[in-house]
Amino acid sequence: MTTKIVPGVERKLKNRTSIPMTIRNSLTMAYRHLLLIRRNPEQLFDVIIQPILFTLLFTFLFGGAISGNITSYLPIIIPGIMVQTALTATMAMGVQLREDMDKGVFNRFKSLPISHEAPLTGAAIADLLRYSIATSLVLVMGYILGFRCASIEGAVAGGLLVILAAWCISWIFALMGVIGNSATSVQGISFAIMFPLTFLSNAFVPTNTLPNWLQTFVKLNPVTYLVDAIRQLFNQGTIGNDFWLSLIGIGVIVAIFVPLTVAAYMRKIQSE
Amino acid sequence: MSNQTETQVENLKKLSTTKRQSALAVEAKGLVKIFGDNRAVDGVDLAIPTGSIYGLLGPNGAGKTTTINMLATLLKPDGGTAKIFGHDVQRDAQIVRQLISVTDQDAALDEKLSAAENLRIFGMLLGLSTSQARKRTTELLEEFGLTEAANRPVEKFSGGMRHKLDFAASLIVQSPLIFLDEPTTGLDPRTRNQMWKIIRQIASSGSTILLTTQYLDEADQLADRIVVIDHGHVVAEGTPNELKAKVGSATLHLRLENEKDNAKAMSIVQTVLNAKASTNEPTLITAPMADPERVTDLLLALRQENIRLSRVNVQEPTLDEVFLTLTGESKHEHEDKQTQKGANKQ
Repeated sequence: MTTKIVPGVERKLKNRTSIPMTIRNSLTMAYRHLLLIRRNPEQLFDVIIQPILFTLLFTFLFGGAISGNITSYLPIIIPGIMVQTALTATMAMGVQLREDMDKGVFNRFKSLPISHEAPLTGAAIADLLRYSIATSLVLVMGYILGFRCASIEGAVAGGLLVILAAWCISWIFALMGVIGNSATSVQGISFAIMFPLTFLSNAFVPTNTLPNWLQTFVKLNPVTYLVDAIRQLFNQGTIGNDFWLSLIGIGVIVAIFVPLTVAAYMRKIQSE
Repeated sequence: MSNQTETQVENLKKLSTTKRQSALAVEAKGLVKIFGDNRAVDGVDLAIPTGSIYGLLGPNGAGKTTTINMLATLLKPDGGTAKIFGHDVQRDAQIVRQLISVTDQDAALDEKLSAAENLRIFGMLLGLSTSQARKRTTELLEEFGLTEAANRPVEKFSGGMRHKLDFAASLIVQSPLIFLDEPTTGLDPRTRNQMWKIIRQIASSGSTILLTTQYLDEADQLADRIVVIDHGHVVAEGTPNELKAKVGSATLHLRLENEKDNAKAMSIVQTVLNAKASTNEPTLITAPMADPERVTDLLLALRQENIRLSRVNVQEPTLDEVFLTLTGESKHEHEDKQTQKGANKQ
């Protein structure tokens, strides 16, 4: 502290944040989220309890009714449950972001010379951990119940596809979190979006058992393509049309919602 | 040839003007911030030279925090301009953020994380490597006497500890300009002295400091110059001594034994102390007292006129008195402002 600092007027500074710096800041923010999870492990309850509970519940409840027995229901329900739990886990992104932005520490983030997208991207990166836990647990539960994938590669590819899809879809809820007024309202809106998307798909029941008007919706629902793509990867170990359609679908979501979220976020933190 | 010399002279002139302008750490002109009907900051001008400790003095709601938040790029001004080391706070916001650090009134920390984790994260965000951030964290925790609490979550911290940690977080990388919003409010005297010492230390190593305070005493102790603001306006500016000279460093209360002497005593007080005295009760005269020496003269003068006193006491001026005196003085210049203020004070 005895040495003199470089005077403010003599510093050469840039008015924008470089991409390497944005990546560095995002990783630091992700690290911050991991530390927060370590201090508050209950943040992971949903991605631990839900996969275990839902896999057991749906398999034993609907197995007999839909497929005649549990074993033949597993190839249908495991990919379905996997998508459902991972997507439900993405909803937390919005709520967490809203709560985080209301914290005092955000005032400091705003005054620091950091990439101002970093709090967003950092949270999204840290959430990969949550999706990975949920996805792995469903696979483990399926294995215990007797479900076998056609190949290891298929199982890994299917799991990664779910995690990637969850990451992309989490940006929808990030936007809700940024524009929402309170954590509670964000949660309400998120449920209203997520519930029809996951249940009005082929995740739990074959599409042809549904009334015609509902079949139309289910066939348009991107979740249906995702579930089909994963079923194919798990049960046949192959990549089909649904795989590419899913990738296009989540690509579109990212292309729309990342810029929207970042723009809304920048407006929010600069608006006052 | 002569043409060339002229250009050279021109250039020299330009250089000296830029130098003079950039020697200002903060230059604000006519800053305005409106919240609904409330003109929280209403035309504040500031010119803060590099290397000084500047005090922003004012009561709650005077507009101190709002002013700082605008200078720190946290709030968008509704009018006026502000430059930090010559960089506009709105246009060059990201440059400004690299030149400043802010210590908020309410600690801006991650409540769930430990003290060390907080500092480490901020250090890494500021561009330190993991090991540098770790090292700096240990240094700062030691300097602020928080080593023992290093691994405790901030939510378990007392107000004073929180304040210290927040201040420490602003010093991870020492910025050329440091904003301290009420750095010692709610601290015990020992911690307050500790904070003052650190503030002087960072100022001596070249940082400019703009601090807000509600305490005249603190501004007096720390600041090279003080700006007094009230209701969003600058009401006075100067060195602590200049301001005290205006206000009187203390207030003298004279209790007369006989109320008939009031008029005579008033005129003696005003002539001897050369200040405006006031009398709220017939037997009570109060006057600002700049120089204790004069009191001896005053008491002698009163004795000569045979005016008997039942009590004499001296009171340090409260912030209220400072404002009454300062806003009273600007009465003629800002008649309209004054009426508004009067209404608010009642």
